[in-house]
Amino acid sequence: MIDLKNLTIEKAHEALKAREYTCRELAEAYLQVIKEKNEELNAYLEVFEDVFTQVDNAQKKFIDGTATIMTGIPFAIKDNILIEGHIASAGSKILENYRATYDAFVITRLKEAGAILIGRTNMDEFAMGSSTQTSAFGVTRNPLDITRVPGGSSGGSAAAVAGNMALVALGTETCGSVREPSAFCGLVGLKPTYGALSRNGIIAMGNSLDQVSPFGKTVSDTEIIFNFLSKYDKDDSTSVPEELRSKESLSVGKKIGVPWHLFEQGVDPLVMANFKESMEKLKNIGYEIVDIELPHSKYSLAVYYIIMPAEVSTNLSRFDGIRYGLSKEGENLMEVYKKSRGEGFGVEARRRILLGTYVLSHGYYDAYYNKALKVREKIREEILQVFEDVDFIATPTVPFLPFKIGEKLDDPVAMYLCDIFSAPANLSGVPSIAFPSGKAENNLPFSIQFMATHWNEKALFYIGKKFESIK
Amino acid sequence: MEIKDVENLAELARLQLTEEEKAQLLKDMGGILDYVKQIEEVEVEEENGVDGIYNVWREDKEEEREFSKDGIIKQFPDSQDNFLKVKKIL
Repeated sequence: MIDLKNLTIEKAHEALKAREYTCRELAEAYLQVIKEKNEELNAYLEVFEDVFTQVDNAQKKFIDGTATIMTGIPFAIKDNILIEGHIASAGSKILENYRATYDAFVITRLKEAGAILIGRTNMDEFAMGSSTQTSAFGVTRNPLDITRVPGGSSGGSAAAVAGNMALVALGTETCGSVREPSAFCGLVGLKPTYGALSRNGIIAMGNSLDQVSPFGKTVSDTEIIFNFLSKYDKDDSTSVPEELRSKESLSVGKKIGVPWHLFEQGVDPLVMANFKESMEKLKNIGYEIVDIELPHSKYSLAVYYIIMPAEVSTNLSRFDGIRYGLSKEGENLMEVYKKSRGEGFGVEARRRILLGTYVLSHGYYDAYYNKALKVREKIREEILQVFEDVDFIATPTVPFLPFKIGEKLDDPVAMYLCDIFSAPANLSGVPSIAFPSGKAENNLPFSIQFMATHWNEKALFYIGKKFESIK
Repeated sequence: MEIKDVENLAELARLQLTEEEKAQLLKDMGGILDYVKQIEEVEVEEENGVDGIYNVWREDKEEEREFSKDGIIKQFPDSQDNFLKVKKIL
C-alpha cells in the first residue's frame, strides 16, 4: 500500500525512480480512492479514460532515463483548463459538451514531462464563487467534513488533493479561488505573480486578474509545480518575458507587516486567535512582526466587484450559441443568443454579466469602472510601497472556517466576503501563498496567508517551509 | 435601479430572463451596488492613474497555430459543407 496521505512529489519521484512502485501502481492507488469517494464528494466531473496510456508513456521515461520530477505525478485539473479532445465545461451548462481543440500552455508542459492528468475537477460556474456550489454539475463536498463546502471556485481540485484522489492539482485564481479552498481543505495554495504562468488555454474570467495556481499538501509541492510551470509564453500577451522576471536580486527577509486595521471586524474570533498565535510562533523563530497601514486596501473587494464583472461581461459575450456550446433554437439570431445565454448561464454568471454590463454602460462607466481602475492603482502603489519596508504582508487567508453546504447562497455579498483578504494580491499582481496553521476543535483547518513583492515566490516558499517545520 | 433597468441590461447582454429572475437580479444588484459604492469616498487624481500599460501585440503576420480544425468544425451547432451556418440577419 502506498501511503497517499503523506505522499509528496519528491517522495513519489524517489519511489518511482527506485522502482518501489510503478507509475501505473501509483495512478491505480488514486483511482481506487476516486472509485470509493468521488460519488459522495463530487470532486471530479470526469476521470479520463486515457490515464493508463499516459501512465505507460511516463513509465517509459523512467526506463529510458528521461524522467524528470514531474514524470508520473498524478494531477487533478480544474475544468476551465483546456486539454485537447477533452470536455472543458468551466462548470457551466453552456459548455457542457464543449471539447477543447488545443492544449493550454500549462497542459502542454505537463504532458511533455509525462505528468498524469487524472481528470477534470468541479468548480463554480466560470470560476465565479467561493464554495463550488454554483457549478451546473452539483456541489462538491469538503473531504474533511462532508456537510461543509470545500471552498471555491477551485473546490474540486482542492477536494481531490485533500481526499487523496490526486497527489497535486491545478486550479485558477481570479480572487482567492485557490487560496480560499486551500484554507478550507487544509492544503497549501499559491497564487503566483500575475504574468508568471501562461493564461493561454484557460477559460477567462477576469483577464487582468486570472492566474493558474497550484495546490499541494506541502509548500514544497507547490514550489516544484510553480518552478516547472512558470515560463514565458509568447502566445499570452500578459506572460512576462524571462529577462523581466527579477528573481535573483530579491531577498528572503524576516520582516512581516500585519495590516491589523483590515481585520478589526468580521473575522471569526477563533480565526483571529489562530492568526495571532501563528504570528507569535514566527516571532519565536526570529521573525519581526510590525504593524502596517494599508488605507486603500480596505476597498479591494469593492474594487474587485467592479473590475471583475466588467471583464466577465466582456469575456462571456463569446458564448452565444453560434459556434460551440449550448445552442437553443430561435426565430431569429437575437432569439438564439438570448435563449442560449439565458438557459446556458447559471444564476451567478447572469448576476455578474448584468453587473459588468451596468458598470461599463454609458453614464456609469466613470463612476464605477474608471474609478475602480484608479483605486486599484492606489492599492497597487501602497502595497509596493509597504514592500520597501517589510518582506511579507500577513493576514488570515479567510475570515472564517469552512461553512455548511447551502449557506451564503442567497446572499451574494456574504459569499463575496470570503475573499476579502485575497483581493489585494490579485489586484496588485503580487504573489501570495496560503498554508495550514493548525486545526480548530472540530478538526476544521486554520490557514494563514502571506504576500511578497512581485516575483518573490521564493520568499513565500521559504517562510512556508519554516512555518511547516515549527508546527 | 428599477425592473426596467434590469430589462435593459439583459437586452444589452443578450440574456432571456423570466419575471422571477428579473426580480431576483434587481434585489441582488441592489445589494452588490450598495457594497461597491464605498469606493466613492476614495479620493483619486482626475488624471487616469493607470501606469505601466503598453502595447505588447505582435505584428499582424500570418503564423501557424496548432488548432484542431476538425475539432472546431465538429462543434458547430449548425453547419453546411463545413461552414458555420447562422440565421439570416437581413
